[in-house]
Amino acid sequence: MSRIGVFICWCGENIARTVDVDVVAQEVSKFPGVRCAMNYKYMCSDPGQALVREKIVAEKLDSVVIASCSPHMHLKTFRRAAQLAGLNPYKVEMANIREHCSWVHHDRAKATAKAASLIRLSAEKARLDHELQPIRVPVTRRALVIGGGVAGIQAALDIADAGYEVVMVERNPSIGGKMAGLSETFPTLDCSQCILTPRMVEVGQHPRIKLYSYSEVESVEGYIGNFTITIRQKARYVDISKCTGCGDCWSVCPLKRNKSEFDYGMGVRASIYVPFPQAVPARPVIDAKTCAKIIRNGCGLCEKKCKAGAINFQDTDKLVEEKVGAVVVATGYKLYDIGEKQDKASLAGYGEYGYGKYKDVIDSLQFERLLSASGPTNGVLKRPSDGTEPKNVVFISCVGSRDNAKGLPYCSKICCMYTAKHAMLYKHKVHDGQAHVFYMDIRAGGKGYEEFVRRAIEQDGAKYYRGRVSKITQEDGKLVVRGADTLAGVPITVEADLVVLAAAMRPADGVAELAQKLNVGYDEFGFLLESHPKLRPVETNAAGVFVCGACQAPKDIPESVAQASAAASKVAVTFAADELMREPEIAGINEQTCVACYACLRACPYHAIEQAEVRTPRGVFVKHTARVNPGLCMGCGTCVAVCPSKSADLEGFTEQQIYAMVESLV
Amino acid sequence: MAAQMDIAPNRLIRLLQLGREREALDAQSIWQCVSCQTCATRCPKSVNCAGIMDALRQLSMEEGRVSPAQRRVMLFQKAFLDNIRRNGRLYELELIVQFKLAGFMHDRRFSLLFKDATLAPKLNKRKKLHLRGKKVRDRAVLRRIFARSMDNS
Amino acid sequence: MNIGYYPGCALHGSSDDYEESLRACLKTLDVKLQEIDEWICCGATAAHSLNQKLSIALPARNLALAERGGFGEILAPCPMCSMQLIKAQKALAGNEGLRREMSGIVELEVRGTTRVLNLIQVFGQIGLDRLKAALKSPLKSLSAACYYGCLLTRPPDVVEFDDCEQPHSMEAILTALGAKTVDWSYRTECCGGGMTMASEETVLDLSHKILSNAAAHGANCLVVACPMCHVNLDMKQPDIERRYGVRHGMVIYYLSDVVGMALGLPESALGINRHFVGKA
Repeated sequence: MSRIGVFICWCGENIARTVDVDVVAQEVSKFPGVRCAMNYKYMCSDPGQALVREKIVAEKLDSVVIASCSPHMHLKTFRRAAQLAGLNPYKVEMANIREHCSWVHHDRAKATAKAASLIRLSAEKARLDHELQPIRVPVTRRALVIGGGVAGIQAALDIADAGYEVVMVERNPSIGGKMAGLSETFPTLDCSQCILTPRMVEVGQHPRIKLYSYSEVESVEGYIGNFTITIRQKARYVDISKCTGCGDCWSVCPLKRNKSEFDYGMGVRASIYVPFPQAVPARPVIDAKTCAKIIRNGCGLCEKKCKAGAINFQDTDKLVEEKVGAVVVATGYKLYDIGEKQDKASLAGYGEYGYGKYKDVIDSLQFERLLSASGPTNGVLKRPSDGTEPKNVVFISCVGSRDNAKGLPYCSKICCMYTAKHAMLYKHKVHDGQAHVFYMDIRAGGKGYEEFVRRAIEQDGAKYYRGRVSKITQEDGKLVVRGADTLAGVPITVEADLVVLAAAMRPADGVAELAQKLNVGYDEFGFLLESHPKLRPVETNAAGVFVCGACQAPKDIPESVAQASAAASKVAVTFAADELMREPEIAGINEQTCVACYACLRACPYHAIEQAEVRTPRGVFVKHTARVNPGLCMGCGTCVAVCPSKSADLEGFTEQQIYAMVESLV
Repeated sequence: MAAQMDIAPNRLIRLLQLGREREALDAQSIWQCVSCQTCATRCPKSVNCAGIMDALRQLSMEEGRVSPAQRRVMLFQKAFLDNIRRNGRLYELELIVQFKLAGFMHDRRFSLLFKDATLAPKLNKRKKLHLRGKKVRDRAVLRRIFARSMDNS
Repeated sequence: MNIGYYPGCALHGSSDDYEESLRACLKTLDVKLQEIDEWICCGATAAHSLNQKLSIALPARNLALAERGGFGEILAPCPMCSMQLIKAQKALAGNEGLRREMSGIVELEVRGTTRVLNLIQVFGQIGLDRLKAALKSPLKSLSAACYYGCLLTRPPDVVEFDDCEQPHSMEAILTALGAKTVDWSYRTECCGGGMTMASEETVLDLSHKILSNAAAHGANCLVVACPMCHVNLDMKQPDIERRYGVRHGMVIYYLSDVVGMALGLPESALGINRHFVGKA
């Protein structure tokens, strides 16, 4: 005979105002198996928990029902309390008489009756609960960091400095991400490469960081503590171990005018190239799409010139396996492609700005390269069309952001700040130049940010017009920018030499495919989903996979760095224990009755079910069966629903329990 | 046209948001608008500004609140509709006469009556002056269509 | 090719040189136009400005007549007409309640199944290859500014034709016929539309800007596909010149004029001699 203890919480007024807790206690004590029933003002408090523990011991209770708030709140609290009193924690049930009862009903009599019914259900369930032990899973104390931008670099360094090995995968030939291409950063106007490259070098030289550059994650198997990652090392055609980085190859390459990706098309590079001088690794890669040797077996000059014999035109992609225990995703962002063919038809627009038609209409990252001292014009500001110095530059905010009709509805967060920065840097370079900024709002919420924008306006003379630009046309070599200032209520026309469009921030290409490999969710814009927007910003719903940086939402460098360290600390927490504990409320297959139809295997969203064999102790084959991998199963119950032979069942929510609960009410 | 308008389109919409429809209906802007549809095409919030201008025109007419400076424009559109109602298709000469008379009745200026008088022979020379066009046979149905559409039910 | 034909009031009024031009041009290309019997005015600016219901009812009657005539597609050469017809057609096709209401008002059943085309689309259906094959006199002397005006490409979700900011459909036709086209800045800016009589100053101001910019970019003529644009740029050109003290002398061709000329038709057959502004 069961000995169930029922503990009804008032939750102050939250429950007791609507549910008559005394009446419920009386009702409930009459249920079969209930040994004692009582109520108390705050069950989750120390005295409340003490009450539970005392009763468990005094009444020799074999299960406990807490009738209170949602189990999301305090299930762990009460399980711990039960464990301290010597009761298996999985014999604790919670009846939610707050969110499911007192908070949604007004009729006191009906709410009281419903509370009693809810407790009845939990009591029936508690009666049939099994004693369960948490599943212990070993943990590989190595981390994978996907993405070598500032967020990935920060996470990798933090994890490595904490003593764990890090595998970093970066799909470009060098790490550094977008930050390596910036000129100066707000609000300090630090030289971007100057503050980043020391970190990049640290990553390249760190004894515990293994860097796979020019590589991508091919596949992910396994679960928290036990991931097996397959990495595709793309063919560089250059043997990094032999190459000395002397530069003979790219100086002799005859195809020097390919559009440089690092310069966003503002500059050129050879077909064998290092993306920028401070690259890590500082070794070249051959662009197979343009190399004459690879395409039609011509040229080959670099191979002849290379004294180290490092060029290898027979190079192929290689697949490498790495075992890790945690994954940090830091894949960063890209800019909205203005006016181009979009992945979604609803994003196409902004033809009125003439981007792609007029050479002197560029986007913000392209402008950064023109500003940068190590950029294609060595930091001298020149118009792309004729190389002259622009005396009037127009900056347009919100191109593709905050646009429900033809773009993305969200705010890209960083553009107001970098536009102010651009206006200031422009003025610092062209003393007699005039910056014109067309904006809708100014978002400058960080530390020192508001003051920074005011500096652009008050000290560097940037003209700010509150209104949008309707159209850009070209007359006599000048760009005629027609906009408005709604504060004065007048149209504003500027004859500009250069126009810079602050394009929206979007997640990097290919992130949806990567997310699917990792079982991480993403929103309609492709930003990876955090577990909870307020309280769990770097965890995902895939255990052991963490996110940081702009791949989760638009953000600036300080926020990306902070999130990266946060993700690193979560990884350290994961690695802190010798073993990881997983909740035991998972599915199990009765191998005696299983007919190996594998409907469960096909239905399982976590790929947690395997094909297995039942064999005798001597190894003789008996039958095929399905088997649940306790490390992967998330206890969703889908297999239970599809199993035709009723061989699959869910611990903590067995079919027997469900029937008992339903029948108790009918 | 915004540069010439007394209340720019974005301000008209703001007045509506603030519940100050009277001021919007009195504006000259709604009659200065040429219905080029650029506003609705560009709006990032898909606000149908062109449609709102149409609605404001209709309401201002129905409430008799047309801005005096722009009354001529309204008189033209009204004359146009009357012409269609009577003829089924536009009878240009009749429209010109009706509009000029209405305009003259409104502001008593002879200049409007005789303006473009020299245009008639020029049009005639180019065989563009049609004294009578091809008519719609069933013109009564037009009157019924108009009545049903404009009965405000 | 057989297609229904909705001329609209302008093409049977003082802009019937446009009809003369497109009839001659399309005949050469074996396109048979069948005028919709008993068509009525589409309502133009007046209807949508003064009564929303009427602005759907008048086009609805025309769509019903087209359906009754068995036309799956019709040509409406005036963009005001085509835009109003397409707007009504889309609204009717998507709303059964509206179809019932409008069918009652216009006393004919209307289903909203007719596809309405503009002249550029008809040339598109004929195909650039066929035009090139029929080319007799390449338009070598033309340095044309193609002028789209407002309603050929706007509102984009209604007319769904070409790119509303950087259209190129007319330039493609002209280039195929050997003409040079110029890149200029007022291709989709309004000329004042139907306000010629209601607000003459507005029309003169807007059209003057258009003519000036075309000239500044090296055009020796404009090509239009709208009768109202033609009136504002051609018939009103002397008034513009007087008001602003400039000499534009810019020939305004209908699209069917230039195509017709390229196909070897004489200017008199295309009604070009009926324009106000002739070649210098």
